[in-house]
Amino acid sequence: MKHQKWLLPLIVAVFAIALWKGLVVALDIKPFLLPGPDLVVQTLIKDWGLLGSALFNTLRITFFAFLAAVVLGSLIAFAFVQSKWIETAFFPYAVLLQVTPIVAIAPLIIIWVKNPTVSLVICATIVALFPMISNTTLGLRSVNPGLASYFKMNRASRWQTLVRLRIPSAAPYFFGGLRISSGLALIGAVVAEFVAGTGGTGVGLAYQILQSGYQLNIPRMFAALLLITVAGVLLFVLMNWLSKLALGHWHESEVKHEE
Amino acid sequence: MLSSDQSIIPNVSPAIEILSADKTYSNGTRALEPVDLKIQPGEFVTLLGPSGCGKSTLLKMIAGLLAPTDGRILIWSKPIDRVESSGHKLAFVFQEATLMPWSRVRANVCLPLDLHGDAKDEAEKRVNDSLELVGLSKFADAYPRELSGGMQMRVSIARALVTQPDLLLMDEPFGALDEITRNKLDSDLLDLWEKKKLTVVFVTHSIYEAVYLSTRVIVMAARPGRVVDQVNIDEPYPRGHDFRVSSQFARYAKTLQDSLLRAAAMGAPAHSASDVSTGSASDEPTNEAAQ
Ligand SMILES: Nc1ncnc2c1ncn2[C@@H]1O[C@H](COP(=O)(O)OP(=O)(O)OP(=O)(O)O)[C@@H](O)[C@H]1O
Ligand SMILES: [Mg+2]
Repeated sequence: MKHQKWLLPLIVAVFAIALWKGLVVALDIKPFLLPGPDLVVQTLIKDWGLLGSALFNTLRITFFAFLAAVVLGSLIAFAFVQSKWIETAFFPYAVLLQVTPIVAIAPLIIIWVKNPTVSLVICATIVALFPMISNTTLGLRSVNPGLASYFKMNRASRWQTLVRLRIPSAAPYFFGGLRISSGLALIGAVVAEFVAGTGGTGVGLAYQILQSGYQLNIPRMFAALLLITVAGVLLFVLMNWLSKLALGHWHESEVKHEE
Repeated sequence: MLSSDQSIIPNVSPAIEILSADKTYSNGTRALEPVDLKIQPGEFVTLLGPSGCGKSTLLKMIAGLLAPTDGRILIWSKPIDRVESSGHKLAFVFQEATLMPWSRVRANVCLPLDLHGDAKDEAEKRVNDSLELVGLSKFADAYPRELSGGMQMRVSIARALVTQPDLLLMDEPFGALDEITRNKLDSDLLDLWEKKKLTVVFVTHSIYEAVYLSTRVIVMAARPGRVVDQVNIDEPYPRGHDFRVSSQFARYAKTLQDSLLRAAAMGAPAHSASDVSTGSASDEPTNEAAQ
């Protein structure tokens, strides 16, 4: 039972890879159209110098963007729940962030902000920000009304109510936001790198993919793709683990239920 | 037996004085016609009535969670926001346990002391005493979700008792529980009431619970919410399980039931139309029956 969670997806993966390899061999597909899985791994090892540093750069952007989204998103959510006025005035602009395609505004940001790393972080932050704002706001508002009356009756200060009631109530929503936002930060980082395009210092995985495309180095393209995917999955797993750590003992979503 | 404004000890100031307090919610709902009520220290008063008759509204007004639209409420002769200066405390037990699911039982019970900023070691001692009182010492380190509904309710009561209140306000605290558990918690509550010399205002819509527990039952009716009757239950304590199946018990229950039925049939404010026979028993909000 316990291992099924890992085992089943693993079996699917093994089958998919076997099928992939089988097709490549059986139909004699050329590596510049679709390289086999073994070739991708070989390329990954061979080009690790290039790809490893690109991965590091992309992850760096992702990390800072994610951090910024979490901090900013939480602060904005706190501001929203402090007063209905603030929320009414500013929420539409938070939505604006969400609905504007990042590829459309990234060129502008890249022109305006001199430092390339900073401009990429800003782009990725914009992508990752909205789920943090909306989830945390929802969470801070989802206080059990009975408990809220109880706090009021015991003359709890604003601060006590925030720390002892609102923040714990918001935690499950906050962690839900983390899960979405972390993935979006990675996507935002890669998209922004695509738009930025040019090389120079600190090139990321997107740039490697672009270059590989120009040079028809398809195995390297796949290797870079693989790295992005693995990074995304690991981020998700990390967030799940954090969520379990924080909520595991009480919240329904993380508690182990008896069958 | 009916409608006596009971004053057990005439010279002691009442624990609760409700001076023609009424409530109209901001959406225009007339929840409660003016209520006049005095509750003496040591009484166990039950508010009994059908759903929507304003029991919770009245209790919340006593607790200061709602302000009366008109009239006044005094707790130990003080307005609610200055009760502390009278040296008395009140505690409120909700219909649901309303525990913090992220905290262990111990921390939940300690909450009012923490909010008040009491010293840690003294607080811990009182939490233990309080858990002992409701028989949950063994579960101090459990999370609320690991407890049954009845146990959660007992934690909620422990949380109310930890502040050592003199006045306990309880809004259908056992409404969601099965009858066996409810009977058990009812007799536990009576024990506590006697032991701690509490004053209790208890909301229920169970006639049997009202008879079993109370020294006095306030009968209420809906549309509009109002007090229609008061019945003293002159039965000595401790009340054992035999009382539940005795003939006096049945008589009290019958009195209360008649009172409720009469109120439901009238459908108009009792203070103005108590002996007017309103022809057809209209449930409608009464304008046509206007005096
Ligand atoms: N916050 C509110 N806003 C508007 N109307 C309300 C509000 N709370 C209660 N009411 C109305 O006031 C009336 C009395 O409600 P109350 O909750 O006091 O009834 P109750 O006797 O406690 O009923 P129950 O036994 O179902 O708990 C009802 O008609 C209800 O619809
Ligand atoms: Mg109610």
